[in-house]
Amino acid sequence: MKEKRINGSETPLLEADKLTKIFGTLKACDEIDLKIGTGEIHSLLGENGAGKSTLVKMLFGALQPTSGHIKWKGEAVTVTSPAMGRSLGIGMVFQHFSLFDALTAAENIALSLDEKTPLDTIAVRAREIGEAYGLPVDPEALVGDLSVGERQRIEIIRCLLQNPDLIILDEPTSVLTPQEADLLFVTLERLRSEGKSILYISHRLEEVRRLCDRATVLRHGKVVSQCDPRAETAASLARMMVGSDIHVIERHPDEGAGLQQSLLVEVNGLSQNPRGPFSVSLHDVHLSVRGGEILGIAGVAGNGQGELFEAISGEVLQERPGTIRIRGNDAGRIGISARRKLGAAFVPEERLGHGAVPDMSLTNNLLLSRHSTDRKVFLSGGALKLVAESGLASAAKRVVAKMDVRKSAENPDASALSGGNLQKFLIGRELDRNPSVMIVNQPTWGVDAGAAAHIRQALVDLARSGSAVIVISQDLDELFEISDRIAAMVHGRLSESVPIKEMSRERVGLMMGGAEHAAPQASAGVA
Amino acid sequence: MMRIEIVKRPQHSALFSALSPFIALLLTLIAGAVLFSILGKNPVSALYSYFIEPLTEVWSIHELLIKAAPLILIAVGLSVCFLSNNWNIGAEGQLIAGGIAGSILPVVFPDFQGWYVLPLMLLLSMAGGMAYATIPAYLKVRFNTNEILTSLMLVYVAQLFLDWLVRGPWRNPQGYNFPETVQFNESAILPAIWAESGRAHWGFILALIAAVIVWFMLSRTLNGFEIKVLGRSARAGRFAGFSAGKLTFFAFLISGALAGLAGIAEVSGAVGQLRTSISPGYGFTAIIVAFLGRLNPLGIIAAGLVLALSYLGGEAAQISLGISEKSARIFQGIILFFVLASDTLIYYRIRIVSRLSDTALKGA
Repeated sequence: MKEKRINGSETPLLEADKLTKIFGTLKACDEIDLKIGTGEIHSLLGENGAGKSTLVKMLFGALQPTSGHIKWKGEAVTVTSPAMGRSLGIGMVFQHFSLFDALTAAENIALSLDEKTPLDTIAVRAREIGEAYGLPVDPEALVGDLSVGERQRIEIIRCLLQNPDLIILDEPTSVLTPQEADLLFVTLERLRSEGKSILYISHRLEEVRRLCDRATVLRHGKVVSQCDPRAETAASLARMMVGSDIHVIERHPDEGAGLQQSLLVEVNGLSQNPRGPFSVSLHDVHLSVRGGEILGIAGVAGNGQGELFEAISGEVLQERPGTIRIRGNDAGRIGISARRKLGAAFVPEERLGHGAVPDMSLTNNLLLSRHSTDRKVFLSGGALKLVAESGLASAAKRVVAKMDVRKSAENPDASALSGGNLQKFLIGRELDRNPSVMIVNQPTWGVDAGAAAHIRQALVDLARSGSAVIVISQDLDELFEISDRIAAMVHGRLSESVPIKEMSRERVGLMMGGAEHAAPQASAGVA
Repeated sequence: MMRIEIVKRPQHSALFSALSPFIALLLTLIAGAVLFSILGKNPVSALYSYFIEPLTEVWSIHELLIKAAPLILIAVGLSVCFLSNNWNIGAEGQLIAGGIAGSILPVVFPDFQGWYVLPLMLLLSMAGGMAYATIPAYLKVRFNTNEILTSLMLVYVAQLFLDWLVRGPWRNPQGYNFPETVQFNESAILPAIWAESGRAHWGFILALIAAVIVWFMLSRTLNGFEIKVLGRSARAGRFAGFSAGKLTFFAFLISGALAGLAGIAEVSGAVGQLRTSISPGYGFTAIIVAFLGRLNPLGIIAAGLVLALSYLGGEAAQISLGISEKSARIFQGIILFFVLASDTLIYYRIRIVSRLSDTALKGA
């Protein structure tokens, strides 16, 4: 059976022939050939912007190809809409869930079904499928109360209820702890054993090697390789994706250097009630970072990372001044501009609409976070506070050169930059000030591997020059690569931090799941 | 099969941004010509009497400036509000509050005269407009009230208060019971710009000065930057360290002050006394002016003149062409349509996509 699949003598379940999609002048997909066999987990690998999403949308019917053909079970088809994709037997589980928080799991499932089925029947079916495939979910539970992993299970159950032959999963593990990911893999393997095919989109090479039978690697909209990922190494797969060797982060071995330096940022007993219906409360968060070290904060999204960021940045003020201390100064009651003047710099998770104004130019976005700290350079005219365009332009040029920001115009709007280039600009905007404290939320989320390596190296260099850096990230590889200590956030609580030497993926996974609030080596590395 | 898509331009042209109102005006004239032909009028002479004739006589140019002055003053203030996402719909009420506050001196203290009376009246009118605009601003910041509703409702309060004031305590005792105050004394009248040729008063000059100052603030200062940042993204504004609450007060105070100024300019420049109604809805028309001027104070000067002209043209067309003065509203609608269309096309472009390849696939 398996031999047949690999040598291709059997008719593939889905075959894409020279599929091309052109947006304006951009060839998002350029004559892509793809064959997915029956009962195969097929991986689609590629950096951000390689054309994975566009390709999948064409297969699923959400986009129409500019040219090329799709064959389903050997017959040419035109998938005109997602509904038609579903009726053919193609199911899709999106990276960003499309569930209503205020409805129950069963109600959410009912919404996506074409035919009218009584809610009770759906609940029973959902429970059956959940039990059969190791996806335990209570159909009566409100989605708003469920964890991200449980929500993903609802999406998968919803997809399975339609009895698809091909299931497309877009970056399914990006929101899961390692343990939750393991459970997902068990489910996927069971589906494969039943003859279902899975198209698995990911950029996590280790899990692709572990799970997938075949891989198609995309780069700049073209297929660069079709291979058996088990016969490849993570490094060789990465090379195919990026087209060159990925820069390896250089770290000096003096990881303990931070211990001799003074505390630059402290959070003492930060507790906070939720600020809105979908906000998380914080419970007695303590952390401290010395100059020269990077504290990594792991955790699945939505466990209070954003709230912690806003509390440290000063976008949300605290009741007690001493709750937040920056370079030895009580900062809990002062705003973000005053905290910046103490030497702190902040890069939020959301780039457009938080770190930058989308329809404003790069120079204006430079002014956004630096008008108070660099008043002498960027403002003139005394009390009139005139904006000094020339000072902004030369600073923007400096940032662009330093961070290798690729842009299409001299001073484009922030929204005209790709995610990776904008993130390089936003990080460079802060690094340009040589901050002594830097806190970054999801520094490389949605950023291609080359830019991510650049950003990580810049953060490591900043720490090694004596600054204190806090990196909040869902990407464990990233945290292991750059952190000196790692703590995990779960349900608004922050675990004790553990030095990187004593840390393992299993342990951080348990911490992210909330199993380890207080590590046994609690005192290690924490003042 | 064709499909039409609207695609965002990577960068918009500064030249066309500036030309936009003029392009829209030209298109309005063409559409107007078509409209008049359908009505059986000679389009050339109809357009002439609508849009050119009011500009050929000196007195009607003065009337144009009189109508444009309050529209520009108010719209300039509203541009600050709208750019910062504060939806002040109550400029009409702030205009009335300013008109009342500015009239205190000539009505209550008619013997208080001198060169200093007029500046004091202008200051009082601004203070009155600001005080009245503070109410919706405070309600918004303190209680998160919707400022559209509160500012609009306060318009009616102001109108009724003015009505009561002019019929009651402030009524001219020698006025044969007409609901009017005393005629303002000489030193309380906003003088004409060129008294020998017509009535246009210094209100128009004040409007130009206000427009230039606000334009400078918006385009060159950190304050203007703050307004634009908070208007486009409240969260990014908070990240920048700007306070949305303070800006709400600032925007309402500026627009209240300018609406108040428009009120006293109308009362003391055009009318010379306080009556039960001092504005034919300038505070509401100015909302259209602000958007026609694309919230740019310099554009608002042009937009204010255009809207003032459409009023005059409507009156002229009623007399010379025998068509309803409602045609003025049609023209205002057409202008609005084309300006919004031009603005949209500056930021977006239309692309026509052939779907031939899709159809070919379906046939396969």
